[in-house]
This record gives sequence, structure tokens and C-alpha cells, in this order.
Amino acid sequence: MEYETLLKIKGIDKSFPGVKALSNACLSVYAGRAMALMGENGAGKSTLMKVLTGIYSKDAGTIEYLGKSVAFKGPKDSQEAGISIIHQELNLVGNLTVAENIFLGREFTTPWGAVDWKKMYDEADKLLARLNVPHDSHQLCAELSIGEQQMVEIAKALSFESKVIIMDEPTDALTDQETEALFKVIRELKAEKCGIVYISHRIKEIFEICDDVTVLRDGQFIGESAVSDLTEDRLIEMMVGRRLDEQYPHVDVPQGDIRLEVKNLTGSGVHDVSFRLRSGEILGISGLMGAGRTELMKVLYGALPKESGEVRLNNREISNSCPQDGLDNGIVYISEDRKGDGLILGMSVKENMSLTALDHFSEMWRIRHDSEQLAVDDFILMFNIKTPSRDQQIGLLSGGNQQKVAIAKGLMTRPNVLILDEPTRGVDVGAKKEIYQLINKFKQDGLSIIIVSSEMPEVLGMSDRILVMREGRISGEFSRAEATQEKLLAAAIGKSAVKN
Amino acid sequence: MHTQNSFKLGKFLLEQRSIVALLVLIGIVSAINPDFFTVDNILNILRQTSVNAIIAVGMTFVILIAGIDLSVGSVLALTGAIAASLVGSELPVLLVIPAVLLFGTLLGGISGVIVAKGKVQAFIATLVTMTLLRGVTMVYTDGRPISTGFSEAADRFSYLGTGYLFGVPVPIWLMALVFAVAWYVLKHTRIGRYIYALGGNEAATRLSGINVDKIKVFVFAVSGFLSALAGLIVTSRLSSAQPTAGVSYELDAIAAVVVGGTSLMGGKGRVMGTLIGALIIGFLNNALNLLDISSYYQMIAKALVILVAVLADNYLGSKKA
Repeated sequence: MEYETLLKIKGIDKSFPGVKALSNACLSVYAGRAMALMGENGAGKSTLMKVLTGIYSKDAGTIEYLGKSVAFKGPKDSQEAGISIIHQELNLVGNLTVAENIFLGREFTTPWGAVDWKKMYDEADKLLARLNVPHDSHQLCAELSIGEQQMVEIAKALSFESKVIIMDEPTDALTDQETEALFKVIRELKAEKCGIVYISHRIKEIFEICDDVTVLRDGQFIGESAVSDLTEDRLIEMMVGRRLDEQYPHVDVPQGDIRLEVKNLTGSGVHDVSFRLRSGEILGISGLMGAGRTELMKVLYGALPKESGEVRLNNREISNSCPQDGLDNGIVYISEDRKGDGLILGMSVKENMSLTALDHFSEMWRIRHDSEQLAVDDFILMFNIKTPSRDQQIGLLSGGNQQKVAIAKGLMTRPNVLILDEPTRGVDVGAKKEIYQLINKFKQDGLSIIIVSSEMPEVLGMSDRILVMREGRISGEFSRAEATQEKLLAAAIGKSAVKN
Repeated sequence: MHTQNSFKLGKFLLEQRSIVALLVLIGIVSAINPDFFTVDNILNILRQTSVNAIIAVGMTFVILIAGIDLSVGSVLALTGAIAASLVGSELPVLLVIPAVLLFGTLLGGISGVIVAKGKVQAFIATLVTMTLLRGVTMVYTDGRPISTGFSEAADRFSYLGTGYLFGVPVPIWLMALVFAVAWYVLKHTRIGRYIYALGGNEAATRLSGINVDKIKVFVFAVSGFLSALAGLIVTSRLSSAQPTAGVSYELDAIAAVVVGGTSLMGGKGRVMGTLIGALIIGFLNNALNLLDISSYYQMIAKALVILVAVLADNYLGSKKA
């Protein structure tokens, strides 16, 4: 290739007790190009990044940066050399200003040793201007949106004059507009001869923004290729090592009776929402972030207060003022935020899975461990959850397996209505398909399912009917046959038609 | 095979490091001073430890939900004072004991309600009840000790702190019973599971349809109940209630919990660890006494033990993850 190689990682091996995390892993970063680093969860992407920045020591292999062999002692060391990582979880201090965050620990000082505030804010403003961020560097980071905070992280990377910027799942929490803005910045960085490493599960984005792809599978280097030489199917095949014939396996089920009926529901960011859900039906909820989708689901479940309106389940009016009520009435909500309010990461697979349904496994106050274990083992088997044992701490499992446990947790309560909020966020391609198949299986059993998702192909692929929300209201309803990405997007942003 | 076994043994020793530390401590002191490892002295240590250990069990419950209970010493003093005056007025002991325990439970429950319903941090809420109840104790006792008197009721009441059952002091039996029940509750009941869940992630526990407020009130009520039990033992042993009883007991209890490996962040820990923690502190104090080391140095030793325990948890415990 005729591009200048900034960073060349070759033949990295890394073992942990009992696991070979990396074996002959390779990655090259070229000036002015974006390299996608892809692989399923657990393929070794984060481990490789940790080896690069010196958090882990490598067992074998070489790292060449700007033509010289290097071994960084830690993230600070590599950052000062010009390799910045922008993590999925942003590392900003909310109560400090943008400029204070950018120069944290490296404040400019006056000859007297005081902080040179003027210079700091001037420099920060320059960086923000370069990134076209319409904010003042005096603003507190806590007041910025996630997308804007990410820009601050990028500004910080630029302040180190980074040659290589690594972005780990940067768009996971971004709105579509924010993603667009991010891509614009990436293109500018490329024009300035920066090398980008772009780690993401979102194949669409790879094709939009990246020039090359490196695929890892089970810690091994599978291949490097120019994006233009690949198709989506070929890329997925490289990642999972097998063909995924159909990504969204929709099944047709004869629809049953009306299970859930919502009339003029209002409360906590939800305005005058009405819809119906039948048994054996999957209802997709689409819309932009902040459109009130999660709020609607939480109001139905009882986790957020309802102000007015009527909810009928099996033709009986119900009122859920707390999650207990929701569960008692047979509605269960699986959170979009596994780490935040979905799972208890310090507890075991078993304890997480049975938590909501613990009274099914109890006599009086006593837990019947035998029946609990039996049920948990059944679900581990049925869901193909990859865990060394039911007593494994769930935080140590991959995102896909965590999500399977979260869904199993909901199903253990034997609900009438299953609400899945972003059921495949942070889940790798292989596990995604398994989750879709499970959802379909329960649909065939007559369960009513609501899927809230920001991934339009997922909503389009899985749902029988799709509602679009905007600003807390239903802004569109489409049958499976009539729904298209364009129509959903138009309803989501409130235009009558959108040019693609 | 051999390496695997030694690896397993190493892992076991690492996990049970507090027991190992306790055994090493006993071993060393027994070698230096033959008076240490005698039945009488061991029973003596266990009896002395029982009050702190019982309070520490309640503290474990509270710390497991990432809370803290500073009010235990004040609850001990107030319940002790009330027990002394009730016994002093010759009410039947079998009525006084449950009444005082119930009262302590309510006092703990008040802290719990302030935490759960008032959404006040446990530290602040129990700082309030600690100060408040100490004040109430001072008003109630007028700042003077209350004697249980010399009645038949007082004699019977003294059994709790000074009596023996099968040759073992009653407080030790009570301590054993408390630990057994606490272990069972945490390991085998729903509320026990919910306590760990709440400490691990409150938002997720709430969203799992669990009544989080009820659990908060419950753990503080447990702490109040056990503080009252400790108050009964102390009062019974001295045949009188001191208005300043239990001052700084909360810190001893927290020390036992922490040495026992329970995380102040909540969600992680075991009640048997707390027992070991309380015993380590108790044995250490006794050993230093036997070795004629002044009580000033004992404080320094206690501080070092806590520091070492916490550092060991941080460095050895984190290696697993």
C-alpha cells in the first residue's frame, strides 16, 4: 500500500491464566485513513488496545510506531507519544469546564506557577473551533450531550497532537445527527493525515467512514482488506467464521387476541399515546434518542409515573405504579442499560437471572436452591449462554451473553407482555442472531413482544408492526409490509419525506 | 497434578486469608505466652468480643446495602438504660427483654425510614439518630448510671451477661445464635438475596420489581435490634446502665466488618468474615494485654490490622477480576 504506515502491530500473543486472549494479532494504521477493527465480543479487540497502550504486557510480537519499535508503559505514556484512545465510557469530569478537562493534569502555568487560565481557554477554544463544536470552552462538561462530550475527548486527543486516534464504539450512545457530526470530524482528521482506528459493531458505519478493515476472531488476525473490496456479507462471514444466511429471521404467526390496549397514556415525557398489541405479535418502536420510547415503556411497566390514560391487559384495566405492579400484571421490561439498571454486574449469572422471579423459587422466605438452579440451568441451555458455570460473575461475560441472561431474567417471570429495550445493543453479530431466534420462538408461543430499537434494520426485520415516536408522541404507525427506513426516519424527525 | 493442588491450596488460603491471619495470630501468641491458648482465656476473649461481634452483624447488613450505621452505640446506651430502669422497677425479665429488643428495632427502623423515604445518605441519617439518641439517653438517665437494683428480677436479668450454659458464657451462645441466623438469612432467604442485589446496583434492583425501601428499613431495623441485644448484654453484665455506654462502638463494628472483607461499596461480603474480623480484633487486644503492651500501643496495632486487611483485599482480591 502506498500510504504511510503510522503504527504496525505484528504477531501479538497474550495469555491470561487459562485463556489465550490473543494469538498472532496484527493491526496496521495508515496516515490519512480510518482502519476499522472488527470482531465479535471477546474477539480480542480491547485486549489488543490494552497491549498497545501498555496496560497489559505482551507475551510475543512487535509494535512499531513511526518506524521505531516501542513498548509503552501505560496510557499516559502512549498518549504523550501521540496515540489517543477515546473509550466507550467517556473519562470526563462533569463538574469541570471543557477547557479544564482538555488540559487536565497539564494546565498551562504562568511564570509564578499559577494556572494560566486565559491561555488554557484560548487554546481550548481553538481546538473546539477546529472541530466545529458550537460551544464555549467555559461550559461544564456535565451540561453537554454525550456526542458533544465525545468531541471534547477528541479535542483532548488533538491537544496531544495525536497521530493515531482510537475510537471504541464511538456512536453507541449518539443520535443520528451527532453521528453525522462525528463522521465529519473523522473525515477532517483523515485530511490532516491522522490515522484512525474505529472499533464498532455497526457494519453500516464501517462502510460509510472507514477505508480499511482488520478482522479479529478468537484473538487471531483473520485478515486486512480495503473496505471497497468487501461486501457486508463477506465482512460478517470473516467475523463469525460462518455465513449468516438471514440476519433477521422473521416468522409469521397467526395473530391472537388483543393482549394490551393503551389509550391516551400520558406521563413522564410521554404524551397521549394509544396503541394495541396482540398475542404472538412483535411491535417495534422506532424513533430518535430522547423521543420518549424508553419513557413510554417504563410508564407501562410502572417504573415511571403515569399521569392520565388507560392501560388494559387482557381486557382488564390495570394500573402500574411501581415495577412490582407491572410484574404482577404480567408486564416485564428489560432495560436498554445493562450496566446502569439492567443487571447487577457483581452478582452471579444465577442470582441475576432469578432475581425478579425469586418468589417462584421460594417457600415462605426460604429460597429453594434446587429448583432455582434447575430453572437457571434450563435457560442457560436453551439460550446457549456461554458461561463457565451458573455461579460465574455476570460482569465477566461478553455483552451478548449478558443480554441473554437479561432476557432470561424477564422470561422467568412468565410474562404476558415482554418489553425489550435495545435488545442487541453492544451484542456481537453471532449472538444477535441467536437472540432474534429466541424472540421469535417466544412469539410463536403466543407472547406479546415490544422491541424498542435505534437500529432500523432490526425494527424492520423483526416487527410485525412498527410505531414511530417523536417528542413523546406516536408520529407514525406502519405495517410490516409498508414500512421502509425512509418512512420511519421521516416520521422520527417529523418531515413528510426524506431524501436519502 | 501436584502444581494444580498447590495452586488450589494457594487459592483457598488466599480466599480464607482472614482465617489464616487469625490462626497465625493465635499460633504466634500461644508460642510466646502459654497462658493465651487456654480454655478459660479463649472463653474470656469470646465473651469480650461478643458485644462488638453482635453489633457488627447488624453493621454487616447495613454495609452490604452500601450504607453505614453510626447510631449503634447510642441505641445500645438508650436500650440499656431503659432495660435497667424496667428491671429496676421489678417488671418480669421475660417481658422486659422482648420489649427492649422491639424498642431497639424501632429505633433502627427510624434510621431506615429516614434513609429510604427521606432519601438521606445513611451516614447523615445515622449521624442524626446517633446524636439524637445519645441526647435522649442523657435526658432519660439525667447523666447518671441506672442500677438494675437488688431484686430477684435483677438477679435473673444478670444471667444474660454473666450466666453460663453448659460451661460456656451466655453472651457467647447469643453471639453464635446471631451469626447462625444472620448467615442463614443472607444465604438462604429472599431478603438476603435482595440485600446483596440492592448493594450491588440499586437501580437494577428497583427495576427488578423489588421493594427497595422495605429492604433499607429492614437492614437498619436489624441493626437496631442487634444493638439493643448488645445493650441488654452490657447492662446485664454490669448490673447497671451507663449513659456513656457504647460510645465509638460503631467504629469497632465497622472495623470488624472491614477486616472481615465486606466492601463498604456494598453488595460484597459475608457475615462469617465479620465474625473472623471481630475475633481478630478481640484476640489481638487480649494478646497485647497478656504481653503487657500498653493500651496506647493497642490502638496503633488495631489501626495497622485494619490497614493491612483493607490493602490485602484491594491487592489480592482484585487479582481475580
